Amino acid sequence: MRYEAPSSTKAAVTLLTKEKGKSAILAGGTDLLVRLKGGFVEPDLIVDIKRIPAMREIKKTASGFQVGAAVSGNELGASVVKKAWPGVVEAANLIGSKQVQGRCTMVGNLCNASPAADSVPALVAAGAHAVIVGPKKKRTVPVEKIATGPGRTSLAKGEIVESLLLPKRPARAGDAYLRFIPRSEMDIAVVSAGVSLVLDAKGVVKEARVALGAVAPTVLLVAPAAKAIIGSKLDDAALDKLAAACSAACSPIDDKRGTIEFRTKVAGVLAKRAAKIAYQRAGGK
Amino acid sequence: MAGVHVSTTVNGDPAEFVCDPDEPLLDVLRNRLGLTGAKEGCGTGDCGACSVTVDGELVCSCLVLGAEVEGRKIETIEGMADGDKLHPLQRKFIEHAALQCGICTPGFLIAARALLKKNANPTEEEIRFGLAGNLCRCTGYDKIVRAVQDAAREMRGA
Ligand SMILES: Cc1cc2nc3c(=O)[nH]c(=O)nc-3n(C[C@H](O)[C@H](O)[C@H](O)COP(=O)(O)OP(=O)(O)OC[C@H]3O[C@@H](n4cnc5c(N)ncnc54)[C@H](O)[C@@H]3O)c2cc1C
Ligand code: FES
Ligand code: FES
Repeated sequence: MRYEAPSSTKAAVTLLTKEKGKSAILAGGTDLLVRLKGGFVEPDLIVDIKRIPAMREIKKTASGFQVGAAVSGNELGASVVKKAWPGVVEAANLIGSKQVQGRCTMVGNLCNASPAADSVPALVAAGAHAVIVGPKKKRTVPVEKIATGPGRTSLAKGEIVESLLLPKRPARAGDAYLRFIPRSEMDIAVVSAGVSLVLDAKGVVKEARVALGAVAPTVLLVAPAAKAIIGSKLDDAALDKLAAACSAACSPIDDKRGTIEFRTKVAGVLAKRAAKIAYQRAGGK
Repeated sequence: MAGVHVSTTVNGDPAEFVCDPDEPLLDVLRNRLGLTGAKEGCGTGDCGACSVTVDGELVCSCLVLGAEVEGRKIETIEGMADGDKLHPLQRKFIEHAALQCGICTPGFLIAARALLKKNANPTEEEIRFGLAGNLCRCTGYDKIVRAVQDAAREMRGA
């Protein structure tokens, strides 16, 4: 086994591409090192991306924010992103303890491809994109295209997510993320929901994106749920339609953490509550 | 496995070691540097007994590789007291009997110090959330929270 900490994305891609054996990308390590310790992965090469300056930055650009892949939860929480995307930042800051926050990244959360990953529904609702650098060329894809199933991603050999792009916020926009856990801290989401809204001057929902976590093999973008509230002021009838659309989209598993019935029902409830918070944050009354 | 040579700073002193590429910082501290204050409770980031700071950031040393800390500054429990003079948190933990077996204590102290550095006057709820990454099987947490509150008061000069 080798450990490398290259100082550019290009060098990292070259290392990964040239490696004949198995390789692993190390961001915060809060998933990878647990799996390494457990013997579930045995890479021949570990490529640490935390010494790549471009991956450590948060940049405000003309089209929004660019968050480097190695930015930790703590760094994100203290950044300018919080004001524009409070739901995304809160979701990322729910991950683990203070110790985990010092290390964990949203990109690691995304590429670990757990259906219960906390930051992912918020990122999907936000319409975030991942900038992927590989041996061939750079490509930018919607975050919902990264995970293809539990623990599996659409990234090819040698490809690294370099950053996440969050769009610029117009006036009267808000987002929120909620998860259900039986404890108050340090637990894996049983069900979760992220909602992002843009309102018109009268407080009518003009744009909406709704995403659910832990109710299917990957995080779901639920278009019918968004449709159910577009054109409304989030009156009870619209909220009920939103909840029904969310429940209809669920195909969860039954396990000790929650039954199919419970997850299906709570998905709707959480989506409603998250939508109300997002509406308030957007200035709706 | 080829060893990785690492130069770093531990509690203000330069330290050098050679470790395996997949060796946790916790094992380096305990087995190579002789600093056994940080404990291994779980090895998977859940218990916080291995808490240290790296460049001022609170982390679980079981979830950091030794190879990662080249050029970084590490602070462990061994550097918390000033010679014979205990840190206020250490003193208050003793005064409030905030420990029984003591396995969790180094981690709690490092985490509490990091918490108070960011927030000199935390509420009880903030302390409980702030220390949620540290588990204690003995005390039931109340005495730990009281000790942190009392130390915070003293450190604020209130
Ligand atoms: C105690 C504890 C509590 C936790 N609590 C939560 C929780 O509440 N909610 C939650 O969602 N998760 C939780 N987790 C899981 C984990 O912390 C998160 O998934 C975290 O966001 C992972 O980020 P990381 O940077 O540490 O990832 P890493 O472990 O570094 O990487 C994760 C995976 O992504 C790949 N990867 C990393 N960066 C890139 C990149 N730039 N390009 C391509 N692939 C990449 C890695 O190769 C690896 O397969 C917890 C973990 C622990 C140990
Ligand atoms: S030993 Fe590191 S968190 Fe338990
Ligand atoms: S004092 Fe024994 S685990 Fe905390």
